[in-house]
Amino acid sequence: MSPSSSTAPAPAAAPVAQKPATMAQALNQALRDALVADPAVHVLGEDVGTLGGVFRITDGLARDFGDDRCTDTPLAEAGILGTAVGMAMYGLRPVVEMQFDAFAYPSFEQLVSHVSRMRNRTRGALPLPITIRIPYGGGIGGVEHHSDSSEAYYLHTPGLHVVTPATVEDAYGLLRASIASDDPVVFLEPKRLYWSKADWSPQEPREVPPIGRAVVRRSGRSATLITYGPSLPVCLEAAEAAKEEGWDLGVVDLRSLVPFDEETVAAVVRGTGRAVVVHESAGFGGAGAEIAARITERCFHHLQAPVLRVAGFDIPYPPPMLERHHLPGVDRILDAVGRLQWEEG
Amino acid sequence: MTVLDTPAWRPRTEAGPLLPDAAPFRLLGTPEAARLAPALLTELYGQLVRGRRFNRQATALTKQGRLAVYPSSTGQEACEIAAALALGPRDWLFPSYRDTLAVVARGVDPVEALTLLRGDWHTGYDPRETRVAPLSTPLATQLPHAVGLAHAARLSGDDVAALAMVGDGGTSEGDFHEALNFAAVWQAPVVFLVQNNGFAISVPLAKQSAAPSFAHKAVGYGMPGRLVDGNDAAAVHQVLTEAVDRARAGRGPTLVEAVTYRIDAHTNADDATRYRDDDEVAAWRAHDPVDLMERELTGRGLLDDALRQRTADEAEALAAALRERMHDEPRLDPMELFAHVYAEPTQQLRDQEAMLRAELEAEQQS
Ligand SMILES: Cc1ncc(C[n+]2csc(CCOP(=O)(O)OP(=O)(O)O)c2C)c(N)n1
Repeated sequence: MSPSSSTAPAPAAAPVAQKPATMAQALNQALRDALVADPAVHVLGEDVGTLGGVFRITDGLARDFGDDRCTDTPLAEAGILGTAVGMAMYGLRPVVEMQFDAFAYPSFEQLVSHVSRMRNRTRGALPLPITIRIPYGGGIGGVEHHSDSSEAYYLHTPGLHVVTPATVEDAYGLLRASIASDDPVVFLEPKRLYWSKADWSPQEPREVPPIGRAVVRRSGRSATLITYGPSLPVCLEAAEAAKEEGWDLGVVDLRSLVPFDEETVAAVVRGTGRAVVVHESAGFGGAGAEIAARITERCFHHLQAPVLRVAGFDIPYPPPMLERHHLPGVDRILDAVGRLQWEEG
Repeated sequence: MTVLDTPAWRPRTEAGPLLPDAAPFRLLGTPEAARLAPALLTELYGQLVRGRRFNRQATALTKQGRLAVYPSSTGQEACEIAAALALGPRDWLFPSYRDTLAVVARGVDPVEALTLLRGDWHTGYDPRETRVAPLSTPLATQLPHAVGLAHAARLSGDDVAALAMVGDGGTSEGDFHEALNFAAVWQAPVVFLVQNNGFAISVPLAKQSAAPSFAHKAVGYGMPGRLVDGNDAAAVHQVLTEAVDRARAGRGPTLVEAVTYRIDAHTNADDATRYRDDDEVAAWRAHDPVDLMERELTGRGLLDDALRQRTADEAEALAAALRERMHDEPRLDPMELFAHVYAEPTQQLRDQEAMLRAELEAEQQS
């Protein structure tokens, strides 16, 4: 490659995402638009160039913006994130792709020891605007090490934002917001929703959602399901099925785990008095534990029942042939709702 | 097409030209030294003497409780100052935790360079203003940063090089490998300086690496390796300057191994007698960087008593100033704990901030 070459083809702003668009297309469009909007944005990762990434999220970017803006790196995650730190120190805005959740772990030291604390260590002199995109979660029949839900590691690290979209529109908007953020963002992409579709096109003007704002996807009076990322569609399905049982369930999509939108969650739960937190990752020490604790602290006198969690088992991610038993499903969610002490309500 | 025509078949780089010399490169005391400019030699001499004095003063400050800890670079002053002097004003230095002296030689205020080791805020200087990255405590993790920064500079069309420092122990870390590989693949304008001082805390070289030399490792990545006498300030300065110039000229990275010795213990808190012989220390004391330079200057008639005295006085004055400025306890504002975690504090941080503020107010009232 010739890093200083100015022969890169003119950036193509042409839309790729057409109605209906998939989440993968929305993410691609977000990267494209970010590359056009800001020359400091650089995409780097394994196979992100010619191939367009193993999930094709970076499809066509190297062709349209040149190898210097969308770079196939050597195969080394700590090196990818470590060099991104240096690029950000120089004023660039790197967007790093980790190929899979479990293959981001080699970069963990760079993330924890540098990315998360460079701003703090330098008393604000050196913010690191790095976006780390990580396809995460199960449900795609992936063999070992391809289905981890790693959010708890990241949300326990002060200095990082942890964002995860659950809809096609949010995938676009939250990725734009993450790249624009002056803080490092771990951007968790629910890989089983990559091919989910929505009647959406990025050309329709819309507000980029602020990072840190939860959204009520469905309002309900009986109880509230609180979830994010890959579990949102499952919760919406559960809420629909719950109607038969006579329950009117609301669903809150957190969209970002850090910052955690305590206000929205507390306001909604105060209205229903009952809440279940749903996520794929192991329950013990997981995001749900934090969320349940905070709801209890904020809403104790409004609660009709303890906040329950429906999470993955506390096991290493299971073989694909068994994963359906592990992942929170509609029945397990409805069972939990059934245990919310209705008789006393 | 046959396999012989595929890129995998043939070596991608010729190994021969990348190989380091068989023995560390030296200048002082050799006929070559005659062409060194007197001004350079006296500049290096002054820096060496001041650096030695700085190390002694900083160690003394630990005993007086003014510094939490100090990893001394006594014996390694030639590497420290040569690293700083090889860089131009726009270049970047990426120091390791032992390299306070290089940071100071680069022009950073000594008190600001010592804030980390004082227990004050982690980095006392502005890295962008000084072009010095924060002292890196997690070993070798700063190396990929140097590569990324150098790469970014090159992408931006700027004439900027980065010099990254690491110890012999740090070369065993994965980040060392990844940084060198990225640097070579990207042809990034970066120079790696391995200070081989014989020990990683207590662990000697033989337990760290079986490579012929650390400089040889360069060949595996496709960059030149240079081996230099790390106590010969003129030699280190020349080798590093060549490597930095080479990087800036777009000819890619270099790995430099400087063979030196850690004369003091690992830090003021360490007892080196538990793991090494006095004989070895004595041998290296007889190859001291300050002495080597003094001998060269004396031999060339460049060092008289007046210069010797003036240099010593300057070093004393710097030490006295440092003592004085480090005398007062720094005053830290606890409320600043929440100020730099994010661009905007989260609601949770604001709540915790309020809690600490209330605690501080209660403390003041009682
Ligand atoms: C990743 C990491 N592991 C362990 C340590 C603890 N530690 C601090 S200094 C040191 C030895 C370093 O040796 P070397 O790299 O040779 O540098 P030197 O101390 O000789 O300057 C160790 C093990 C650390 N700082 N970082």
